Amino acid sequence: MPEMKTVRISDDALACALGADELAAAFAKNGHEVQRTSSWGMQWLEPLVEVDGKGFGPATLEDVDDIIAGTSEIAIGAIAEHPFIARQQRLTFARAGKTRPLSLEDYEATGGWSGLRRARQVGSEQILTEVTQSGLRGRGGAGFPAGIKWQTVAKAPGVQKYIVCNADEGDSGTFADRMLMEGDPYALVEGMAIAGEAVGADKGYVYIRSEYPDAIAKMEKAIALSAGIVAPFQLEVRVGAGAYVCGEETSLLNSLEGKRGEVRAKPPLPAIEGLFGCPTVVNNVLTLAAVPHILAEGGASAYEQLGLARSKGTMPIQLAGNIKYGGLFETAFGVTLGELVNEIGGGTESGRPVKAVQVGGPLGAYIHPDDFGIKFDYEEYTAADALIGHGGITVFDDSADMGTMARFAMEFCAAESCGKCTPCRIGAVRGVEVIDRILAGGRAPDPVERMDVMHNAPRHGRSQEQEIALLTDLCETMKFGSLCALGGFTPFPVMSALKHWPEDFTGKAAAEAEAAE
Amino acid sequence: MSKEHKIGEIVAEHHRREGPLLPILHAVQAEFGCVDAESEALIAKGLNLSRADVHGVVSFYHDFHEAPDLRPVVQVCRAEACKARGVEAIIDQATATAGDRVKVHTVYCLGLCSAGPAARVGDRLHARLDGPKLSQIIENA
Repeated sequence: MPEMKTVRISDDALACALGADELAAAFAKNGHEVQRTSSWGMQWLEPLVEVDGKGFGPATLEDVDDIIAGTSEIAIGAIAEHPFIARQQRLTFARAGKTRPLSLEDYEATGGWSGLRRARQVGSEQILTEVTQSGLRGRGGAGFPAGIKWQTVAKAPGVQKYIVCNADEGDSGTFADRMLMEGDPYALVEGMAIAGEAVGADKGYVYIRSEYPDAIAKMEKAIALSAGIVAPFQLEVRVGAGAYVCGEETSLLNSLEGKRGEVRAKPPLPAIEGLFGCPTVVNNVLTLAAVPHILAEGGASAYEQLGLARSKGTMPIQLAGNIKYGGLFETAFGVTLGELVNEIGGGTESGRPVKAVQVGGPLGAYIHPDDFGIKFDYEEYTAADALIGHGGITVFDDSADMGTMARFAMEFCAAESCGKCTPCRIGAVRGVEVIDRILAGGRAPDPVERMDVMHNAPRHGRSQEQEIALLTDLCETMKFGSLCALGGFTPFPVMSALKHWPEDFTGKAAAEAEAAE
Repeated sequence: MSKEHKIGEIVAEHHRREGPLLPILHAVQAEFGCVDAESEALIAKGLNLSRADVHGVVSFYHDFHEAPDLRPVVQVCRAEACKARGVEAIIDQATATAGDRVKVHTVYCLGLCSAGPAARVGDRLHARLDGPKLSQIIENA
């Protein structure tokens, strides 16, 4: 009779997509006790099996016996000492890999609810002071100081106020919200309850995108199980319906109200007139989940001491795309992109050279390896015509065609535009057409333009250079004329691709012309 | 149970919530596989909205469909991170395997961005796919 062990396997959606459920069943069938925990965030090792603190991954059903016998070749040693974990500063993800997501016992034992308890003792004024002092900024992308937003809501007149959590994590290359909701849902519940305490709101909504079925199920269970703890504060999950633009806060509010997810003009700010016209705090999952730590004794000053300049605290960075060691890496602001991609991420998974890195999701700029010295900081990225967005980093190897990627950015904007403002609704469609013409090497004059009566029409079509000038002009218009970040930021990936890899736009047509001659 | 009766029940279940329309539409979509014109009219009546209001919302969101599609659906992510991991190279083969029997539906991001290409069938997710694995999923759908 072999020794019975306690085996820990994550029930994160990514682990389950790679067979964690089947693996857990196999261990249980052999008589071992299986605990389903949150994910450590070392996604290239998923499904990761933990026995007595030691890790084995990526594990398959064939590895089950070897892992228990201790002879497995996929052993990585003690998980907590793995360089990928040891190098991080985990505050928001402090419990990742260590607790069972829905266990109130585990949550309490790891300092859970202490932030809320203290918040209730010190009262609204002190909570607002501490959140402001911590320097916490909105983690959804805009980076607005959370404390200032909360103060505005607290001061706004109104009997009914709301806390809305933006969990519509639509950016490709980001998954930190999903991991937090699936791995540590009570942290989000606690953060929202503290926000409610601070601004005088008794009702909160978590708006989760429909593409995250596991996160929806976990949050609903967590809210039901913790209802008595956060009462009289009430929480409810609302499910999105596949619209990317609903990640924009005013569009999200319209969606919650049961309307088309169209963006609202600001002002009025949601903090003054938000959900159903009431003062509303709209914060990202990561912003709210950082709050319990800040509200713990001395948490605010500890948080403030991390990071650099005006970007305080830690950022859960998501390493994605063609990267060797992909996963969740939480660290203080200030880490360079080169460290993230090459040292921590280990370069590309395909082994080919890195060609481009897109930071901040589909609306983020493509960054060239020459610029890898850039430090992770809101202001530094803005100055470089880029954004850190929600902290997603997508790596591309040299097989990527940046002309195609730029076209895709416009195509995506056209598909997801809410339609309210012209630069985004029409500009994105025209953007696809212009890029197509650039890739084709310009445009020949059409028969109508050639007619004698068309006195003012150009007779020579448009050259590639003229089309590029047109694209540049269009991007300017979209950037400064759009109502929200969807149309306003789509120029970032387009123009950065054009700036750093012009040959991907002009090369194909030139090669074809050469071959024709 | 008639459609009218069932939708009446769904509306009654949700109408006291704040902003009840999206939860109602999700429930109707789940029940009937679509939100057609008849359902829109019934929901509009139940919530005291115009049918245009309801149709505007239904047509805005990608998750709601005007007509039912009885085929099994395989959602495949084709956003940037999965593109970086080669989804475009296997999508044509996947569409060919699917033929008319299975609907291969493009989604933008399933949140499995370090382990793409990724797909979803119902609430079951699949990651680290290659051509043969994706074809297998489509065949089993």
